[in-house]
Amino acid sequence: MPRKTMIESIRDAMDTMMERDENVVVFGEDVGFFGGVFRCTQGLQAKYGKTRCFDAPINEAGIVGAAIGMASYGLKPCVEIQFADYVYPAYDQIVSEAARLRYRSNGDFTCPMVVRMPVGGGIFGGQTHSQSPEALFTHVSGLKVVVPSNPYDAKGLLISAIEDPDPVIFLEPKRIYNGPFDGHHDRPVTPWSKHDLGEVPDGHYTVPLGKAIKRREGSQLTILTYGTMVYVAEAAAAEHNIDAEIIDLRTLLPLDLETIIESVSKTGRCIVVHEATLTSGFGAELAALVQEHCFYKLEAPVARVAGWDTPYPHAQEWDYFPGPSRVGRALVETLEGL
Amino acid sequence: MATRAKKSPARSAQTSAVKAPKPIEFTKEQELEAYRQMLLIRRFEEKAGQLYGMGFIGGFCHLYIGQEAVVTGMQMSLKEGDQNITGYRDHGHMLACGMSPRGVMAELTGRRGGLSKGKGGSMHMFSKEKHFYGGHGIVGAQVSLGTGLAFANRYRDNGNVSLAYFGDGAANQGQVYESFNMASLWKLPVIYIIENNRYAMGTSVSRASAETDFSKRGLSFNIPGIQVDGMDVRAVHAAAEEATAWARTGKGPMILEMQTYRYRGHSMSDPAKYRSKDEVQKMRSDHDPIEQVKNRLIEKGWSTEDDLKKIDKDVRDIVADAADFAQSDPEPDASELYTDILL
Ligand SMILES: Cc1ncc(C[n+]2csc(CCOP(=O)(O)OP(=O)(O)O)c2C)c(N)n1
Ligand SMILES: [Mg+2]
Repeated sequence: MPRKTMIESIRDAMDTMMERDENVVVFGEDVGFFGGVFRCTQGLQAKYGKTRCFDAPINEAGIVGAAIGMASYGLKPCVEIQFADYVYPAYDQIVSEAARLRYRSNGDFTCPMVVRMPVGGGIFGGQTHSQSPEALFTHVSGLKVVVPSNPYDAKGLLISAIEDPDPVIFLEPKRIYNGPFDGHHDRPVTPWSKHDLGEVPDGHYTVPLGKAIKRREGSQLTILTYGTMVYVAEAAAAEHNIDAEIIDLRTLLPLDLETIIESVSKTGRCIVVHEATLTSGFGAELAALVQEHCFYKLEAPVARVAGWDTPYPHAQEWDYFPGPSRVGRALVETLEGL
Repeated sequence: MATRAKKSPARSAQTSAVKAPKPIEFTKEQELEAYRQMLLIRRFEEKAGQLYGMGFIGGFCHLYIGQEAVVTGMQMSLKEGDQNITGYRDHGHMLACGMSPRGVMAELTGRRGGLSKGKGGSMHMFSKEKHFYGGHGIVGAQVSLGTGLAFANRYRDNGNVSLAYFGDGAANQGQVYESFNMASLWKLPVIYIIENNRYAMGTSVSRASAETDFSKRGLSFNIPGIQVDGMDVRAVHAAAEEATAWARTGKGPMILEMQTYRYRGHSMSDPAKYRSKDEVQKMRSDHDPIEQVKNRLIEKGWSTEDDLKKIDKDVRDIVADAADFAQSDPEPDASELYTDILL
């Protein structure tokens, strides 16, 4: 089976859907002629023409607003926000218009739009190229929020997202575009071409929205995580010889609560790991749900490892990034907890 | 309607895209000042590019090479207290404001002695003392902030103007037009300087803008605009004189479209494949802002090659010192993560 990077598999998903459905259009800043700053849309303009894959001016509010209008008339726009850090001008359109269209139109209109954006740190991006704003979207009912962690899932999830009748926020952890990253920044990264999850079938297939997956079966504790942190969690558990069950959530909204409850009920211990800042992060929601549903099974408090509550600094990237040593410490503490 | 039109200021919508004033002939001192300033920016940026290549600077780093005349000519018309604010291509603006080359370079390398203690990086530095209100990484955001600075000037009646710099790409952000309207409505002393270097990353102006004459962008807000040869520091200065006089006397905002060019890629990671080598070479050989001044200085007999070499050496020394500092200064302590943040 062909192996692909996450960039290639994301491109492949758009290509597959553009080929199948002429309602799919792709646009955003530097997306057409240039093929996107991360090259996710390279070649699509040449293949499908300028009316289906094109450049937009730098105006995120306008890009998303226009996409919502298109979507409510049956097109399927898949727009790119160059970095998640630039989505804020469009936030109003996403929250006030896209998320609510179905509800307030009594189901007359839906908004089959996908907003793709690279998220996360680890690339020396500083304040404006490193954020993980997923909780700003999971807080909004009416949206679906997806975070793939490998090329196979990325393609299958993006196809599901494009086919979905409702707005999907598709967050791409840029640090793992080219290969899984375990947080050891001083070691070389394995490229996807050498990783099983880099195997991406040609053509159409889907990974369903709302379904988590166990990356590792384990008995001692459950790690709930997604995106880049899946690999950091794997590394931390291995380095501490901990038999952890690692759940890659893949979709944050709707959340696969069933898989979470099943796992935590079995292990009795749970830790949540994400890159985004701690306070009011998605980990807070997960911790609350776990204690609501698994309270009598828990043998230790639910722990959270997250980004510090500060802007993402330019220097000190590795003090900021919740790497394997911070995750490892939390694993040990959670195991030792009564 | 008719009566209103009569009352509107001389430079109303109809005459909005006004002819650029003639370049002011510079005195010898002005030529030398401009030469030195532009050279400092050029050499600083070249050094930053080298340090980036050597791995001392990480992340995003946008060089100002080619555009030096814009900020240099503008700065020559400013008086104490006038504010500057710009986007992420900000090293030149900071040097022109008189901020320390060491402080800027050490911020690029993420060191303790950087202007933001290493936490801001290339795109985020500030100086209260030099009235520099930042480098801003979010395209267009500074335009509204610059408008607010102008409001504060008006409120305090201090005779100051604020300069809000932004790019041809940024000129399409919605908040730019919200700002134009407020600035004109409230007659705020702000000069909007659109640095049109023909590209926003890989997207050329014509692929992103319905109206490519940026001096007209204020038309429907009654903001006059001037198209300026941004490669000629005298032309920039002439426009700056006109715009500052206009804004200082309570007439409101003005737009200056600076037609300029960036020689390097958008950032250090951009191989700039979206334009031809010839295009870049032609700008360099026919319009270089520094060469223009140099040629005039020599032709007029105001400087010898040796005089200019001496300036070049002085400038190189300053830059070398900044680079040494930026490589030897320690990294910030981990405790710095939690300073200057509300918890
Ligand atoms: C809100 C926002 N959207 C997108 C970006 C990404 N981005 C950074 S610079 C840039 C191009 C800006 O071009 P221009 O305004 O012409 O300035 P120049 O780089 O030419 O100086 C883009 C799209 C950003 N930083 N902020
Ligand atoms: Mg530009």
